[in-house]
Amino acid sequence: MRLRYPTNIKIIKVPCSGRVAIIHMLKALEEGADGVIVAGCLEGDCHYQSGNLWAKKRVSYVQEILEKIGMEPERVAMYNLSAGEGPRFAEIAREMTEKVKELGPSPIRDAKKLASKKSKVEVAA
Amino acid sequence: MIMARPKPIEEIIDEIKDFNKVLIAGCDGCVTVCEAGGSKEVQVLASALRLYFTKERKRLEIDETSLTRQCDKDYLHELLDKIDDYDAIVSLACGAGVQFMAEMYRKKPIFPGVDTCFIGVTEERGVWAERCQACGQCILASTGGICPISRCSKRMLNGPCGGSEKGKCEISPDTDCGWHLIYERLKELGQLDFFAEPTDPKDWVSSRDGGPRKIVREDVRL
Repeated sequence: MRLRYPTNIKIIKVPCSGRVAIIHMLKALEEGADGVIVAGCLEGDCHYQSGNLWAKKRVSYVQEILEKIGMEPERVAMYNLSAGEGPRFAEIAREMTEKVKELGPSPIRDAKKLASKKSKVEVAA
Repeated sequence: MIMARPKPIEEIIDEIKDFNKVLIAGCDGCVTVCEAGGSKEVQVLASALRLYFTKERKRLEIDETSLTRQCDKDYLHELLDKIDDYDAIVSLACGAGVQFMAEMYRKKPIFPGVDTCFIGVTEERGVWAERCQACGQCILASTGGICPISRCSKRMLNGPCGGSEKGKCEISPDTDCGWHLIYERLKELGQLDFFAEPTDPKDWVSSRDGGPRKIVREDVRL
């Protein structure tokens, strides 16, 4: 299809969105990701019956955690689309990129950069 | 099993914010079954805390571990070599585990990471319900296997009371009347004579009225 979507998105393949655990989303944010998309099949179309419904619940749980620790819950989002919807995927990728741009860079990445700069200065001193 | 629920993360943040290195210690026993304090919950809590403190630009190192059981000294001993590396411990075990950890490592501040709720069962995934209050004198033999101490809101020994309506308790339409359940089960078992016979007052000394309890069995002591 040669569809264009932003290059900042890193795709991690899983057999089913139900494989995505809470810790996977949190780890991505810990590593400095600005946002996380969980892309599952359409509701009612899960090959494993309810994997996408589990994913939806886990995404909501992560959003709750983010709210409690003072981070924007919109940094994590669940989308449902079928494997045949390439143009929709490109649209979602653009949509999420725009949303994250509005929110600004991850406060974690900024803080990590600052911390590593500080430690370099400490080593130099 | 002992059922617990995770404490609000804000409460844990407040407890540990002034330390530099904290260990989150889970328990692979009961609290793993009720998905409140096992290794999975340790990972999630530790990650969320790291996100918070990194965001706040506070240097607080958070490590993770999970012990087979925290209500057993042999397993608590596993922390002996590394406990001094930490300023404080957040234990995700039940209240018993937290206290045993505090008894063993007397110089370390120990904080509870869960609220311990009751002895209960997993009715379905995500639904846990109370079944036992550990009163120390089991009367299930005469009540159709349904405990009036834990299932009746008033802990009545001779029920139901006037608050029972259509099988539900007056405290909430979602709460079954324990004595209604007992009656129905005894009827099914053909043991309604148990129901007709009044139960004598219970000696609550074996429950909390006798103070903190202890079981000492010489036959199994080393």
